[in-house]
Amino acid sequence: MPRLAVWKFASCDGCQLTFLDCEDELLSVAARVEIAYFLEASSVLGPGPYDLSLVEGSITTPEDLERIRHVRRVSKRLVTIGACATAGGIQALRDFADVKEFAAVVYARPDYIATLDRSTPIAAHVPVDFELRGCPPDKHQLLEVISAFLAGRRPVVPAHSVCVECKARGNACVMVAHGTPCLGPVTQAGCGALCPTFNRGCYGCFGPMESPNHASLNHWMRGLGMSTPELVRIYRTYHATAEPFRRAAEDAQEFEEGEE
Amino acid sequence: MGLSSLLSARRPPYCEREGRTGEGDAVDAVVIETLEPLVAELRAGGYAVVGPVVRERVIRFEEIASADRLARGWTDVQEPGRYRLTEGAGEMIFSFAASPDSAKAYTQPPRQTLFRMRGEQIEEAEEDAPRVALLGLRACDLAAIAVQDRVFLGGRHPDPAYLRRRRALLLIAVNCAVPGGTCFCVSMHTGPRATTGFDLALTELAAPHRFVVETGSERGERIAAALPHRPASAEDLAASAEVSRNAAEHMGRHVETEGIQERLSAHDSPRWAQVGARCLTCTNCTMVCPTCFCSTVEDATSFTDGTAERIERWDSCFTLDFSEVNGTPVRGSNAGRYRQWLTHKFSTWIDQFGMSGCVGCGRCITWCPVGIDVTEELANLP
Repeated sequence: MPRLAVWKFASCDGCQLTFLDCEDELLSVAARVEIAYFLEASSVLGPGPYDLSLVEGSITTPEDLERIRHVRRVSKRLVTIGACATAGGIQALRDFADVKEFAAVVYARPDYIATLDRSTPIAAHVPVDFELRGCPPDKHQLLEVISAFLAGRRPVVPAHSVCVECKARGNACVMVAHGTPCLGPVTQAGCGALCPTFNRGCYGCFGPMESPNHASLNHWMRGLGMSTPELVRIYRTYHATAEPFRRAAEDAQEFEEGEE
Repeated sequence: MGLSSLLSARRPPYCEREGRTGEGDAVDAVVIETLEPLVAELRAGGYAVVGPVVRERVIRFEEIASADRLARGWTDVQEPGRYRLTEGAGEMIFSFAASPDSAKAYTQPPRQTLFRMRGEQIEEAEEDAPRVALLGLRACDLAAIAVQDRVFLGGRHPDPAYLRRRRALLLIAVNCAVPGGTCFCVSMHTGPRATTGFDLALTELAAPHRFVVETGSERGERIAAALPHRPASAEDLAASAEVSRNAAEHMGRHVETEGIQERLSAHDSPRWAQVGARCLTCTNCTMVCPTCFCSTVEDATSFTDGTAERIERWDSCFTLDFSEVNGTPVRGSNAGRYRQWLTHKFSTWIDQFGMSGCVGCGRCITWCPVGIDVTEELANLP
């Protein structure tokens, strides 16, 4: 039976919880794979090597740097799950500031804190076989990735926009109908268009889609009344350092300077 | 029912639009005072009645149990990238233009299972095609159904699932009184008056509030006969014709169709790069388009019951997967994808199917999140 491991780096554990939330399917998964190492669920420490490793979280400490290399060594296939492991996560906001200042504000003894200047995705350090997006990932996509791995096929995880799912779900566009700013057109699908279904704009939890056009979207959203700080803020969340979203925020700032 | 028996059917439903309809068909027209008996008659006949209602400040097509649910008193403002509903149409029920919903969700569902595999066994997914009466379709919607009929049924390999769904539909058109700001059906010769392709066609008239009913099929005649009605007077018919004449004069947009194929052959026009810079490649235009029919298949394996299934779902020429060949998309640029869509819709569709792929409903203009206007793009080609 294939052996599965689940690893945690800098993260909130939400992606691992998504796996545990697969309540109806979890026993079926456990019948097909041996869940050998999964500290969120069990204190049993099954030794490696593992056929499939799911990795949550980003690399933020010197110790992480060592540990991810170990994980790669003991894993036949390595799949990152979620925004932190795939793009650095919300904690990558440190990249836009001085992490030592944060530590000084938060901790009584900041000298106890060993942390890196940057929060980086797993793929910046070791080869990754597949990156599953989302903050957190969608449970159906997570099961699809595991299922595809077991069947030896390519996972069906399209990189197109949220709009594809949104319209297939029968929603009317919230930006057109209500003037609600929405990142759906530049964000990768996978969530099932959760927020637009409840009349909210997309927050971009699944990161940049395959061909994001932030310049055109930003132009339109300014027309809907969004200011430069608001535009910067909507891109600087879970995928702040994913290249297209980093550029989207920077371009919004430069646009402001150009106006002045 | 197998494919062969479906195909040998005497009269496929897409042929029902032949003959005896339209303005000249005065003898068949009757007048009804309200829509409640119609809804009741359809429901009694086993149809789910789907009509325009207001949901989340948008006209949507949903199943209704009573005519009271219909979007009475609402009108819409449509412009590129913007849709707003306002009150003020009084007792009138159909004083709005195209909704984001067309008949497409019923003729071609966004997602459907084609077959399942259990071990080596293949289980065909014989889907149900429940009877649905679509109430409030516009002339452009009927034209779009005719386009889809040509695509799915008119070739050498008719789609039996489409035919099953299509046959289960009863089409009740409403003649447009108030075209939207993005409408251009007159340019595409598809409206504003429904002349063909319906079972029943209504024209809503004011003072007194009433509906002129025309029939377009035997089914429609039977239903109309069962309703409390009176024959339409010359005055009713004149008022009905005036509604369409007035609507035709108030089109929000225009497309010059003369020489359109030549103009769209300008593949090197700088205009493509300009529109490519605006295009989000989000797919909204193709999703709301009532004729865009492209789909893809996904295979899924299930943990719980050990089955595998093949699913067909809406796809779009704006995704990169759509043109992927040997791991690389053929149309990588936004401009290339936009050009592909516009060129197919207005030009190569004619080569392929003998008719235009555009019916002038304006949905792609209204529902483009950044307001790209096909009529403007076409006008600006050389």
